[in-house]
Amino acid sequence: MRVLLPLAVLLPVLGAALTLALGSHPVAQRWVSVAALSGVTATAAALLFGAATDGPQSVVLGAWPAGVGISLVADRLSALMLLTSSVVTLSVMLFSVGQGSTGDTERTPVSIYHPTFLTLSAGVSIAFLAGDLFNLYVGFEVLLVSSYVLLTLGGTAARVRAGMTYVVVSIVSSLLFLTGLGLVYAATGTVSMADLPGRLSGLPLAVAVGLQLVLLLAFGLKAAAFPLSGWLPDSYPTAAAPVAAVFAGLLTKVGVYAIFRTQTVLFGGVESAAVTTGLVVVAIMTMLVGILGAIAQNDLKRLMSFTLVSHIGYMLFGVALGTVEALGAAVFYAVHHILVQTALFLVVGLVERAAGTTSLRRLGGLGGAAPGIALLFLLPALNLAGIPPFSGFIGKLALLRAGAEEGGFAAWALVVAGVVTSLLTLYAISRAWAATFWSGRATRLDPEVSPETAAARAHRVPPAMVAAATGVVVVVTALTLVAGPLLDLADGAAADTLDVQQYSSVVGGLDTPPADGSGGTDSGEKAP
Amino acid sequence: MTTAVVVALLVATGTWLVLRRGLLRVVVGFVLLGHGVNLLVLTAGGTDRRGFALPGQQGQGPVADPLPQAFVLTAVVIAFAVTVHLLGLLRQGQALDEDDDAEGPA
Repeated sequence: MRVLLPLAVLLPVLGAALTLALGSHPVAQRWVSVAALSGVTATAAALLFGAATDGPQSVVLGAWPAGVGISLVADRLSALMLLTSSVVTLSVMLFSVGQGSTGDTERTPVSIYHPTFLTLSAGVSIAFLAGDLFNLYVGFEVLLVSSYVLLTLGGTAARVRAGMTYVVVSIVSSLLFLTGLGLVYAATGTVSMADLPGRLSGLPLAVAVGLQLVLLLAFGLKAAAFPLSGWLPDSYPTAAAPVAAVFAGLLTKVGVYAIFRTQTVLFGGVESAAVTTGLVVVAIMTMLVGILGAIAQNDLKRLMSFTLVSHIGYMLFGVALGTVEALGAAVFYAVHHILVQTALFLVVGLVERAAGTTSLRRLGGLGGAAPGIALLFLLPALNLAGIPPFSGFIGKLALLRAGAEEGGFAAWALVVAGVVTSLLTLYAISRAWAATFWSGRATRLDPEVSPETAAARAHRVPPAMVAAATGVVVVVTALTLVAGPLLDLADGAAADTLDVQQYSSVVGGLDTPPADGSGGTDSGEKAP
Repeated sequence: MTTAVVVALLVATGTWLVLRRGLLRVVVGFVLLGHGVNLLVLTAGGTDRRGFALPGQQGQGPVADPLPQAFVLTAVVIAFAVTVHLLGLLRQGQALDEDDDAEGPA
């Protein structure tokens, strides 16, 4: 099983190299991309199975001794996040293949899209599987640099403007991360996640909390936690539909994953009431400010971006509580959220394709012209708002229950904020759905931009795009059917992250070399 | 001590430049900030507070801590790529509107 670990990184990297070389053969490019991402999905599924049956797996690359070489680790949390993200990247890749050369392409260099997308996927894999802080940083950078290129693909005025904001904000967070990394190394002499828990808890409390805050700040910026979330709704809506979908699904959640690791594995032994209170406040404000922002929007894409920010708050909710039940619920919610946001952004891409606009002032009556799209939007939208029996409801219920069990002012404040956010999400979503699909008036388009009527356009949405979007919607809806086992798995993943002893002994470091002397026998290639 | 002063100077100048209006100054500011942080990471090294990174080095005289150097090497490459991308964006933006001031709600 351990031999599979580097595959999750190598497949997309090799695919990226191959698609770069195949730049002039778009059809071959598509086959390579889909094959590589399918391979990652299969690998992730195998890793999850392995982690669930045999416990966490780890491998040290390049036959270096443990604690020196680059280690990749797949516990249940890593593998579950990796599987979810690879399903998303694969679906989005199918969507963009379906979009084909007829999409918004006039100025888009399509040949660069596939290699960049695959590199992004590789970066996500590195980040989820990283066994040391520095490799996590490298994973972040690989996916961020790819995302810079994807966001500004085509170089239109709107994308350059949004791209500049996005790149500047991301660099700030990367510099913060690197600073935190340097300080952690200066204080402890290691960046291995196996050694750090022991060494960090041995530090004076003030130093440890300082390090924790620098890292949380860096990850909070990436995860778009309030008040560091203002950049997101300004940058995502300008991107091409598939790009926005994969960003919405994955990028912020990699930040959430890093916060998860920071709070459980790294600083689990550092007890600070101030940090916990801070996280509670951030979680509440992220939920409420995000959803209030969504209500004020008149553009479907911006509205979705604000709900995305808002629901990051639910995952912080779980992290702030920090019990196994709360963390498990947050993991479940992250899986649900990655899929549901991707589904919604893909369907918004369909709406844009069908109607020619995403402005709620112009959209209208699309339900008659495109009833299929109306249904595709409605299912994940209700799911997001937390209507039973969808997975959004189950995830929120698990979080609220964990909050109620914990008790105390902070936990009840989180519960109340969670319920209010859920209701406001329902309002924002139903308003958007009604304006887009239900209202009597037809979509009004600028005649200069689009000479044909919206109804005529709606019939020309490529079936492959609809099929890919339908796939994600089906997957996220089907989460309900496997909610019980998935919630158990999520609880197990949370337990994995809290069991620092087991994690350390599996990863192996300078302090605790792995019991079976593993890591020296596998000769993988070095990660980039 | 010298390094601490240099890091402080680099970060202060970088922050000041990043907060300026012109986008080229922002880019240069990030280059300086990057250098400051890289120096900080370099000073984090030290073989006295931990063992030798690679086995078999004992008794061969003083050895620098290689890990922070490897970190910085990686960070420098990344910073270089990002700087080039920023400059590319800047150029594209100028070509689009002949105005490098970050005006409006950018």
